[in-house]
Amino acid sequence: MARMKFLCDAERCIECNGCVTACKQEHEVPWGVNRRRVVTINDGVIGAEKSISVACMHCSDAPCMAVCPVDCFYRTDDGVVLHDKDLCIGCGYCFYACPFGAPQFPQAGAFGLRGKMDKCTFCAGGPEADKSEAEFKKYGRNRLAEGKLPACAEMCSTKALLGGDGDVIADIYRERVTRRGKGSEVWGWGTAYGQGKGGSAPAPAGAKS
Amino acid sequence: MLLTRKSAGGAVAPQSRLTRSLSGVLGKTIDRRTFLKRSGVSVGAGAVATQLPFNMLGKAEAADAPAGKVEVKRTVCTHCSVGCSLDAVVENGVWVRHEPVFDSPINLGSHCAKGASIREHGITADSHRLKYPMKLENGKYKRISWDVALDEISKKMLQIKKESGPDALFLVGSSKHNNEQSYLLCKWARLWGSNNTDHQARICHSTTVAGVANTWGYGAMTNSYNDMQNTKCALYIGSNAAEAHPVSVMHMLHAKENGAKMIVVDPRFTRTAAKADEYVRIRSGTDIPFLFGILHQVFANGWEDKKYINDRVYGMDKVREEVKQWTPEEVERVAGVPQEQLKRVAETFAKNRPSTLVWCMGQTQHSIGNAMVRASCILQLALGNIGVSGGGANIFRGHDNVQGATDIGPNPDSLPGYYGLAPGAFAHWAKVWNVDLEWLKKQYAPGMMAKSGMTVSRWIDGVLEKNENIDQDSNLRAMIFWGHSPNSQSRGLEMVEAMKRLDLTVVIDPYPSATAAMSAMVRKDGVYLLPAATQLETSGSCTASNRSLQWREKVIDPLFEARTDQMIMYQLAQKLGFGDQLVGKKDGKQSIKLVKGKGGMDEPEMEDTLREVNRGAWTIGYTGQSPERLKAHMRNMHVFDVKTLRAKGGVDKETGYDLTGDYFGLPWPCYGTAAIKHPGSPNLYDTSKSMMDGGGNFRANFGVEKDGVNLLAEDGSHSKGAEITTGYPEFDHVLMKKLGWWDDLTEEEKAAAEGKNWKTDLSGGIQRVTMKHGCHPWGNAKARAVVWNFPDGVPKHREPLYSPRADLVDKYPTHDDKKAFWRLPTLFKSVQQKNKDIGKQFPMILTSGRLVEYEGGGEETRSNPWLAELQQDNFVEINPKAAADRGIRNGEYVWVSTPSGAKIKVKALVTERVGADTCFIPFHFSGWWQGQDMLAFYPEGAAPIVRGEAVNTATTYGYDSVTMMQETKTTLCQVAKA
Repeated sequence: MARMKFLCDAERCIECNGCVTACKQEHEVPWGVNRRRVVTINDGVIGAEKSISVACMHCSDAPCMAVCPVDCFYRTDDGVVLHDKDLCIGCGYCFYACPFGAPQFPQAGAFGLRGKMDKCTFCAGGPEADKSEAEFKKYGRNRLAEGKLPACAEMCSTKALLGGDGDVIADIYRERVTRRGKGSEVWGWGTAYGQGKGGSAPAPAGAKS
Repeated sequence: MLLTRKSAGGAVAPQSRLTRSLSGVLGKTIDRRTFLKRSGVSVGAGAVATQLPFNMLGKAEAADAPAGKVEVKRTVCTHCSVGCSLDAVVENGVWVRHEPVFDSPINLGSHCAKGASIREHGITADSHRLKYPMKLENGKYKRISWDVALDEISKKMLQIKKESGPDALFLVGSSKHNNEQSYLLCKWARLWGSNNTDHQARICHSTTVAGVANTWGYGAMTNSYNDMQNTKCALYIGSNAAEAHPVSVMHMLHAKENGAKMIVVDPRFTRTAAKADEYVRIRSGTDIPFLFGILHQVFANGWEDKKYINDRVYGMDKVREEVKQWTPEEVERVAGVPQEQLKRVAETFAKNRPSTLVWCMGQTQHSIGNAMVRASCILQLALGNIGVSGGGANIFRGHDNVQGATDIGPNPDSLPGYYGLAPGAFAHWAKVWNVDLEWLKKQYAPGMMAKSGMTVSRWIDGVLEKNENIDQDSNLRAMIFWGHSPNSQSRGLEMVEAMKRLDLTVVIDPYPSATAAMSAMVRKDGVYLLPAATQLETSGSCTASNRSLQWREKVIDPLFEARTDQMIMYQLAQKLGFGDQLVGKKDGKQSIKLVKGKGGMDEPEMEDTLREVNRGAWTIGYTGQSPERLKAHMRNMHVFDVKTLRAKGGVDKETGYDLTGDYFGLPWPCYGTAAIKHPGSPNLYDTSKSMMDGGGNFRANFGVEKDGVNLLAEDGSHSKGAEITTGYPEFDHVLMKKLGWWDDLTEEEKAAAEGKNWKTDLSGGIQRVTMKHGCHPWGNAKARAVVWNFPDGVPKHREPLYSPRADLVDKYPTHDDKKAFWRLPTLFKSVQQKNKDIGKQFPMILTSGRLVEYEGGGEETRSNPWLAELQQDNFVEINPKAAADRGIRNGEYVWVSTPSGAKIKVKALVTERVGADTCFIPFHFSGWWQGQDMLAFYPEGAAPIVRGEAVNTATTYGYDSVTMMQETKTTLCQVAKA
């Protein structure tokens, strides 16, 4: 079974936000909820500006899962971290725990009341039956069940954002790094998937973070 | 312990999608591309099953339609000139999903923010579209019927024509119309009897088109986005491709991974610059000092391609003289580029050949834009980079069909195909149109037929200028904005004055656009809004920047009461008395057939319209791209190679058409009739290929000699396999006979070609036979480094009209004023002299540009919630030093004022992206007017979600000395805390 992963190649990301709107339209995500964002560091600083697309990284040892008081998180066979909105109490503890700021809370109702947590599903839906209407309403489309990959990665303008089987992605990235002769550090890889000591999370060559 | 409540199913398919989506940008997988099976495109049962949607909106909308009908429509994104394909999944007539087209050699499934959110066009809930015809009454927009609208508009137009002549109307067309629509609109204007028509190309790349065509032949991108994969070094000057053409950057970054160098030259450290190996900051408007500074280094070190210059370039010696003054010291003084950096960049660019040069509006939108683009051309000629794969002048166009609209659309100075306005041009097209030439002549006011019309950049002066100063009888009294935002034109303050004075304003657009709100702000009546369909609600071809044509399938029917542009054109033409002429109905023949469109009403068929273009546009080779060939390409994208765009083989299953050897989209010129199967021209002027392989050479358009110097190519310089191995003039019936090639024509061809040349022979025989002999129909000449028919034959730096450098104005003064230029007096020196010291009052340079989320004037994209959420305020980028000196903090509102007297309220974005002397404001906003929200002036429910101050409310006077391009990239401003 594949271990699904995201990797954003900062040497290629141009902050075009294609991933963001791809996600928005595919899942009809409401205004104010951003399952995916592009973060730019050192914006406008010559020689130092880098952009990276960030969403739930579907961590191997997911902090959200560890801290959730109602245990609403689960992991699929493909290593995708999903949650059950029927169980979720909207406490926001996962938001504290997540190193990537992935959990989102719709500002539904009066007084900015927090709704159920929403986050990137790796386009894998939720606990309801695959491709059911209920699943779509709560979690968006289930592209993995349709034999497709996440919309954000499939539509990335420069193929910076890669999503899919971790082994394949690592190969692709390793080749790019070899060609470039630099830039093997991958933002967030180590945090999300570990340092590649055995198991199913081989970090691309030289990953540091 | 890991919980695994659910399996996501087999990962085999996703894995192959991953490799497919990346093939072509990874050396390793490039060859696997053609072997991988397509999915998600073919309408096989399996593919459809995976695309069944659950879109609630879709179900509600489609309640009446037969259940379960799912179709996949292949179309092309309408947001820029890259030409990204997408597959639209339509269920019961509702657009429910968007799937990437990995097979497209242009975008390989990729999209930017705009492309990835394009499905919003099909969503009716909470749409901000203009939904039905409206009319301004007592200062409010009221709903009216189509019949009433067309009746009232046409009556008023005919009244104005009767009183003031046909030139009292100015028709602003659109670069967002497809080829067929823009071609029809070009014809429409002439049938009305005026050359007063224009579109976005004027304010986008008109200086490029004129400057580049006059240098070597065609004013278009020479190579392609894909070909940039073959470059060793790319220099972007005045292009922020990462925001304006994001998907093109994929090809560049791939080249970069293979060792290519990337240099970005811009006043701003753009997102494109963030990806470059070297960023060069220049003062806005100093492109020529920089480019000639590079050339100075090239000549000083002997890096130029001497043989190429000798064989293929005229006048380089004169350029050498001009370039001498651009020493590193002078370049640093004028442009602000450090000497060491200039030398380094020159060496990188010269020594990593083939090197390509990319430019966009940063270079074109200046009062000397025509000279700047020619300086770019000259640098590439000196290095022998033109006509070479991996080299070229890669001029990125803006709108999705601005190239096509430039080629065959509503231009004030030309009939379709750059035929110009000479009597012969009208005779040629009248024949193609099946329109009586004598009737056509009568539609024009006396003496106005051969006179170029006004330009969209100056329509306001056509209204406001004193009548005795303009070169036509009447001032402008009526405006039709057919898909054009007014906030993309400069001098906003004067524009509303002009709007106030008009007798009739008609806006035909899917969105009411800023025209509606600006008009309602200053007047009570006389404005009509007609809802047009989008390009996703009709079919037709569009020409990407690389000259490839792609055919769009209609995704959905026009929403609300919208009608297709071709239907509105036909219906208005009928009311105005030239409906039959528009479709060429005469003597029992009809050139373009009518088909039933929305509501069973007639509209010109797009396929048949393209066939008419094919029959007439010989100059630029829009003749071989039959609708059948284009559709076969769209169905078989997978056979085209990503690096070369060429099909190695393949047969279209539906028609049996053999795709072998075709370049994707038959990039023009695709000479001859479709039957002779010219493959299209991937890289222009490429002598390493034979003519029938898409090769070529520079055009013989300027005579055979100039002052005793040979203008034709030298011996041995010719396209591969040409039977004439030296330079030669363009082909006509006389030359054909002299060479003994006349008898290669069939009897029918002979009859048509007698007395004609390669541009006017309607049989295509001259082109066919010329190419059979390996020769170029347009001759084989040298490119011109000196364009002697322009104000500055050799490009010269001239300071902008509003210059921040009073100390340089005397040494580099602008042109003299012109009296009648495109029918209007045009000021240069008087403005510059008057404002020589204006820099004391307005010390900052103001420049403008794009954001990735929005397009053009922005009404359409700012109405899309998925995009609008990402950019909710207009802003001014200001350097931390400039901000600190003015007591401005990041995120605060500021007033930006300019010498025009306008002041606009925007948020301060304090950033080192701009230097301490420069401010930048994106140009996509409208809907605020000098601090006031204009919401009340929009038709109800049709205001864009995000509104903001338009930078062009504040931009100043200034126009190019050849094309009337507006100066928006260099003016002056002051910024103060609000």
